[in-house]
Amino acid sequence: MVTNNSIFQLFASSPFKPMQEHIAKAHACAIELIPFFDAVMANDWEKAERLQQNIARLENEADTLKKDVRQQLPRGLFLPVPRTDLLDLLRMQDKIANRAKDIAGLMLGRQMSIPEAIQPIMKEYLAVSLKTSAQALSALNGLDELVTSGFSGHEVDLVEQMIHEIDDLEHNADEMERQARSALFTVEKELHPIDAMFLYQVINLVGDLADKAQQVGSRLQLLLAK
Amino acid sequence: MTIIAEYGDILVIMACIFGFFMAWGVGANDVANAMGTSVGSKALTLKQAILIAIIFEFAGAWLAGGAVTSTIRKGIIDPALLSGTPELLVYGMLSALLAAGIWLLIATFFGWPVSTTHSIVGAIVGFAAVGIGVDAVNWGKVSKIVASWVVSPVTAGLIAFFLFRSVQRLILDTEEPFKNAKKYVPYYIFLVGFMISMVTFTKGLKHIGLDLGFGTSSLISVGVALLTMFLGIAMLKKIHASKADDKDYHFASVEKVFGVLMMFTACAMAFAHGSNDVANAVGPLAAVVGVVASAGEVAQKTAMPVWILLLGGGGIVAGLVMYGHKVIATVGNNITELTPSRGFAATLAAATTVVFASGTGLPISTTHTLVGAVLGVGLARGLSALNLRVIGTIFASWVVTLPAGAGLAIMFFFMFKGMFG
Repeated sequence: MVTNNSIFQLFASSPFKPMQEHIAKAHACAIELIPFFDAVMANDWEKAERLQQNIARLENEADTLKKDVRQQLPRGLFLPVPRTDLLDLLRMQDKIANRAKDIAGLMLGRQMSIPEAIQPIMKEYLAVSLKTSAQALSALNGLDELVTSGFSGHEVDLVEQMIHEIDDLEHNADEMERQARSALFTVEKELHPIDAMFLYQVINLVGDLADKAQQVGSRLQLLLAK
Repeated sequence: MTIIAEYGDILVIMACIFGFFMAWGVGANDVANAMGTSVGSKALTLKQAILIAIIFEFAGAWLAGGAVTSTIRKGIIDPALLSGTPELLVYGMLSALLAAGIWLLIATFFGWPVSTTHSIVGAIVGFAAVGIGVDAVNWGKVSKIVASWVVSPVTAGLIAFFLFRSVQRLILDTEEPFKNAKKYVPYYIFLVGFMISMVTFTKGLKHIGLDLGFGTSSLISVGVALLTMFLGIAMLKKIHASKADDKDYHFASVEKVFGVLMMFTACAMAFAHGSNDVANAVGPLAAVVGVVASAGEVAQKTAMPVWILLLGGGGIVAGLVMYGHKVIATVGNNITELTPSRGFAATLAAATTVVFASGTGLPISTTHTLVGAVLGVGLARGLSALNLRVIGTIFASWVVTLPAGAGLAIMFFFMFKGMFG
């Protein structure tokens, strides 16, 4: 006999776990930029290509996860949070992985070498930017606890504090972006003009990475708002 | 009259077999709904759940099952109208049992979520309206029963909502949820103990000769509840917050505290289920036995024989042991969304509603009441996702069950009438 039981069908599978898996994947994708930058700075283009392919693969996996979450959210779902907010959050999470792929693709495609003078600051800038997405990941991991507490009280305070920290980290990244720009400005005359142009663009995109992570935080805040 | 005298023994034996068959079905299918939440929330192991179900289903059926049984037995059909033709009542009740049992079997086979209560009430109303006459049905009572099928899930939902809200306010939303869980959970255990014993003492024990007043009952209930609470506190003492489980929050340890509470609510649920749903099987059986025992007299006031409730309880346990454990095992593994704190709110709300319905003699659907309670927890933003389309399926199965039970019962009714003349 089939055990097709009404009460137990009532429990739809939670969309929060796959949301967490997705941002974990997106962050894993972004964090690969660190060894990628190292390879680029060492002018090891073979290794850089391998790493770029890895980033592209992770981005692909994040895409698949994104689609899975969307399919898991059928119309009749009774969620404790608005469905549209959740989908919006998902879109923002996905952009982190997209940006990482953009950066790696651009740098590999143009075989961009980073001038030695700005290498330390670029590394630091990237690290700060990625801290933002790491923080977004931990904030997302708080979702489980939020369901337990019914999206209210002490747990909300904790997650909101994390979201504020994302904002702070993003400001740090902004500050680093300014420094990286001015460092590039001092050496730009020694570079090929087009290379310099694209370096500015990379700086832009790395900042964008932090931006997207911040937007994940702000979407999360929307979920918590009543 | 002569038919009753001539075939009395055979009729009673048939009623016992059909009643046991029906009770078996209730045990095999319905108990899984009642106990599944406890297993699903990992508060109980499968073995513990079955042990609790056996003890408390049986206790519920025996101690508090009398009122609903009497409704099924003589509340739906006006016995006075049948004083001239008691054999019709016997045929009818036999066919109702057989119809509901078979419908249950079919529905389980195809995986339709049907309610045993709806099947039996539909079957009784069906044979009475068609086989005897529309006037034979006590429509006032029936409409009350039908209304309660809507009212009880709503009530359970409301209780679950406020229970879970209180848990959020007192425990989950606070700075120290673990400390507060240990502080407040004993009160919830007290509530469980009080509720069960109150209904048992005020409504249930009359048929075993113990008729206590309201005041005495309340006093005894408070005593029982205190005992339960102390037992709970002793169990809670063994739970310590574990740092490894906790991360930044404390919920893993908090849920362990609720796991203890869930054991008590699981007992309550099994008791409530036994008290209400055993009637589906033994009500018609009791009616047949009553008619035969009084040699054709459709008596209004025969005492409820205890052995009938015991037979029903035994049937439920048999169904549970033979088949129900498989269902519980399957469904228990499927729920990942139900933690003890959420499961407790849903189960306790459903149990409370069912127990009070049992006390007032209303046959309600345990399954639908539990669904209402689960929705209540969802509304309190306590569950991460619920599938509302299932409500549609349940509603559809509800609509189908009444005419299906009725149709089968009418068929069997004319069959028995032809067989015994």
